[in-house]
Amino acid sequence: MRRTGPALAVILSLAILRPAAAFVTEEEALFPAAGTRAQTVTVLSTTDADVLRPAIEAFQEANPDAELRYVVASSQEVYAAIAEDRARFDLVISSAMDLQMKLANDGYAARWDSAATARLPDWAKWQDRIFAFAQESVVLIASRRGFQGLPIPQTRRDLTELLRDHPDVFRGRIGTYDPRASGAGYLFATQEARQSDSFWRLAEVAGGLSPRLYASSIDMISDLKTGRLALAYNVLGSYAGPRLEADADGVVVEFADFTLTLLRTGFVPTDAANPVGGGAFLDFLLSARGQALIRDRAGLPPIDEAALSASPHLRPIRLDAGLLVYLDRLKRQAFLTEWSSAMSQD
Amino acid sequence: MKQAPMSLRRRLVLQLLGIAAVLAILLYLTVRTVANSAAEATQDGVLGAATMAIAERLQGGDTGVSLDLPYEAFSILGSISDDRIFYRVDANGETLTGYADLPLPRHAAPSVEPVFFSDFYREFAVRIAVTNRAVLVNRQPILVTVAVAQTRQGQEAIAQRTANLAAAIGLAAFALAALLSMLTAGSVLGPINRLADAVGRRGPHDLRAVDHPSPEELRPLVTSLNGFIARLRGALSRTETFIAEAAHHIRTPLATVRARAEIALRQSEADETRETMRAVIRAVEESSRSASQLLDHATVVYRSDRLADGPVDLSKLLQGLARSHGPTAELRDLTISVSGADCPVTVQGDRLLLESALRNLIDNAIKYSPPETEIALSLAARDGKAVIAVRDRGRGLGGRSQPELARRFVRGANVDDVVGSGLGLTIVEEVAEIHGGSFLLTERKGGGTCAELVLPLR
Repeated sequence: MRRTGPALAVILSLAILRPAAAFVTEEEALFPAAGTRAQTVTVLSTTDADVLRPAIEAFQEANPDAELRYVVASSQEVYAAIAEDRARFDLVISSAMDLQMKLANDGYAARWDSAATARLPDWAKWQDRIFAFAQESVVLIASRRGFQGLPIPQTRRDLTELLRDHPDVFRGRIGTYDPRASGAGYLFATQEARQSDSFWRLAEVAGGLSPRLYASSIDMISDLKTGRLALAYNVLGSYAGPRLEADADGVVVEFADFTLTLLRTGFVPTDAANPVGGGAFLDFLLSARGQALIRDRAGLPPIDEAALSASPHLRPIRLDAGLLVYLDRLKRQAFLTEWSSAMSQD
Repeated sequence: MKQAPMSLRRRLVLQLLGIAAVLAILLYLTVRTVANSAAEATQDGVLGAATMAIAERLQGGDTGVSLDLPYEAFSILGSISDDRIFYRVDANGETLTGYADLPLPRHAAPSVEPVFFSDFYREFAVRIAVTNRAVLVNRQPILVTVAVAQTRQGQEAIAQRTANLAAAIGLAAFALAALLSMLTAGSVLGPINRLADAVGRRGPHDLRAVDHPSPEELRPLVTSLNGFIARLRGALSRTETFIAEAAHHIRTPLATVRARAEIALRQSEADETRETMRAVIRAVEESSRSASQLLDHATVVYRSDRLADGPVDLSKLLQGLARSHGPTAELRDLTISVSGADCPVTVQGDRLLLESALRNLIDNAIKYSPPETEIALSLAARDGKAVIAVRDRGRGLGGRSQPELARRFVRGANVDDVVGSGLGLTIVEEVAEIHGGSFLLTERKGGGTCAELVLPLR
């Protein structure tokens, strides 16, 4: 490795260092330029720095004059940083498609036109402003031990019936996102509710079994591995796959009725200090080399139209103005009220 | 200097092109306007439907107005184009949800049907649909306003495509019109060119009226042209008549003067007086000859319009002329021989003119031949042509060319003391031309001149 540990400055809770920033960051990593520093590219992202590190280093190999500052925050904080604090970043990466869409709709995303973005299929971009660089399925993870020999369900209806028929096996051992606390959880829940009524039936049955609520996929995966959970619903497949690969007990299930597919997207903000640098990093992520690195080193499935048509159950969340609907204040209120009443029946 | 007016073809083509350009621009604007308004109507329809769909989800109740924003409303708006969407729902003048600063129409007429207007929001040009609904809250009606705004980038893209298409159609129409206008100009100006050709092809003495078939518009021009030609012919003929009259009136008294002078010469014994008389006679002879040639020339010009057309036997004519010139020739010790005139050679033509031409040729030969030489007249018929040759042993052409010598009043450089008017060869050439023949003047081998009059045999 060219870069060693000390080169990477990891500062937790950046708010101490930068009191001007009102939004809360989780991590900041600095990737110094390989050659003489001529430009700085600042990236605000919901994706951990470690996940994109190989891609960032490859990008810097191609652009030795570029220093890259990588700031990680939750999707809500990313939204707040851009829309409310008007923080200046050159590239904003988030898995919260709805919030990205709202930022672009409200005029915070600049146009970025390049050969790399032109190659993207239409469903993976919006208006030459938002571009998806990874498509991640939202899956069910199950523990064979936790299921106690019961069959692993392949559809939502299977799961609903299984929970209804064996409440003792699953009581208190079901994990899912808390949509009130997690932007990704809210997006998954609302999109699923929109796609099918089976979501509410499942929520009602699961709600009667004292489900455990989480704010991140990682926590659900680790609780499944420790045996605290028998199953976790709506987990990011890109996180679950690599972590459960070596585990004979863990099973990743893509529901056959439909499996939501999330697009991890990036855009260059209108306020960017170095939009060309931000756009160049985005282009790199979309390039053949960047996509290969994302697949092989980050474990994120790259944008692949062929994979989608080969697996008809995969349903990408549409990157369009419809995403704005569930961000509506009244709509969100109504949804969360209904969800809460379904989930907490004790 | 007066500038030449623009050519008719150019003027016609330019005006037609101008009209074509105006029509092409009109076509372009029309296609654009119609297509734009169609696109706008379509987008307004979708926007209005989305607004109505949202308004239908409004609900009253005890606690206040609630709204379940329909996913499809926005999704459909986004499916036509990736345009930005902003919305605002106001109840009782307070913003319930959405973008609180989205502009509303200033004079909001309460209407269930959506009202459309264009405005700017966050620097974007947007089209806004607004609809009003009354919702019962605690049995009290509350006015709720729903406004949905959409940017029009998709419509602009459509408009751009339409504009390009319209421009292409306009250009194609213009190109076609340009091509057609060239063809039209050609066909319209064709008769003028044909008339000009017909008039231009005429010979220098052709003063007949123009009877070329012409379209109605050219008839005044043809009529004026014919009137002009008629006046010209009249003037010419009057001039020639005048000259003939004058020559005739001069010739008669001159004959008298000459006779008297000859008598006086014979009677006088004083050398001085005799010398004077000889000079008088010479001058009178010269004047008389000039007058007679002027008369001949006038006759030729005059008769060229109304040619007497009959068979003329050239052998007889030639023999007659040889006989009548015999005494004059003898006076100068010249002999005249005639060959090829044994059998008749007949041409169609004007006997008087032909005779005049031949007489001029023989006169010339006599005048310029030195004594004791022979003047050879010959007649031959070959290749459908009659060839009359007059050969002498005179002083030749003196280096001057035939066209020069045949000009009116031009005489050779080597004429010295020989009297002449310079009209003789002109007359011969004109007679040859009138009869569709030709006249050739060449140096004769061994000295002298060979004059050939070639006439077509009929």
